[in-house]
Amino acid sequence: MDKKPISILLVEDNPGDIRLTQEAIKEGKLINELFVVNDGVQAMQFLHQAGEYQDAVKPDMILLDINLPRKNGDEVLSEVKEDPDLRRIPVVILTTSKAEEDILRSYDLHANCYVTKPVDMDQFLIIVNSIQEFWVSIVKLPGK
Amino acid sequence: MKLIKILLVEDNPGDARLTEEALKEGKVCNDLFHVIDGVEALEFLRKEGKFKDAVRPDLILLDLNMPRKDGRETLQEIKADPKLRRIPVVILTTSKAEEDIFRSYDLHANCYITKPVDLPRFFEVVKNIEDFWMSIVKLPSA
Repeated sequence: MDKKPISILLVEDNPGDIRLTQEAIKEGKLINELFVVNDGVQAMQFLHQAGEYQDAVKPDMILLDINLPRKNGDEVLSEVKEDPDLRRIPVVILTTSKAEEDILRSYDLHANCYVTKPVDMDQFLIIVNSIQEFWVSIVKLPGK
Repeated sequence: MKLIKILLVEDNPGDARLTEEALKEGKVCNDLFHVIDGVEALEFLRKEGKFKDAVRPDLILLDLNMPRKDGRETLQEIKADPKLRRIPVVILTTSKAEEDIFRSYDLHANCYITKPVDLPRFFEVVKNIEDFWMSIVKLPSA
């Protein structure tokens, strides 16, 4: 199947998790492009191509942590899914939280799916790879 | 051992059969419920009429082109309903049309997948759906 690399926006403040995600992206069958921002404010600036992100590309999908400084993942999710220019971008919640309320709230806010980060590093790589594989090779992404 | 309940909304009996077979072969125990169009789908989800004892599914596989009420309308109603909106909806359709893809995501479909024509590939895709949505993803419980 002829698949093109995609661009992924990772919204994540934990440097260890950022590093692992970068590893996983590199190991994928396709070298997808990964952009990283560290909090919800930067995420929205990136998506609106504002401020220092005026040359940012519109990502094909977003990996979004919930617990973030300045503006948390719920707010970002809410804003993205209410914005007619951004709402169709798939948002994968990628968080340490297993709390039912976080899961339910994310789906209610139209997160495309919710994935809990494994504690184990090898598992983490497998999970991120699975996300990549599924969303790039199986799913039809909306494209720009 | 968790048991995932899946609602398949599919009017083509051949595709429904294939999907059922593929899900049976998968790793995760699942219960598949099959309805043939959008009208039945919504009755099932709202536990109306002949579906008054229906269970709440954990995941919906939704075709787009169906008689009576198509997948687009069905998706819209599901995602507009505060009691149903959180159930993940995987669009599983023959359509590759860009407008269908855009519209589905705009209506908050959780993801959009085109059914392969090729049989083995169809099986593979359904298994991939199962792997991802039942082993990787945290589904909202009922």
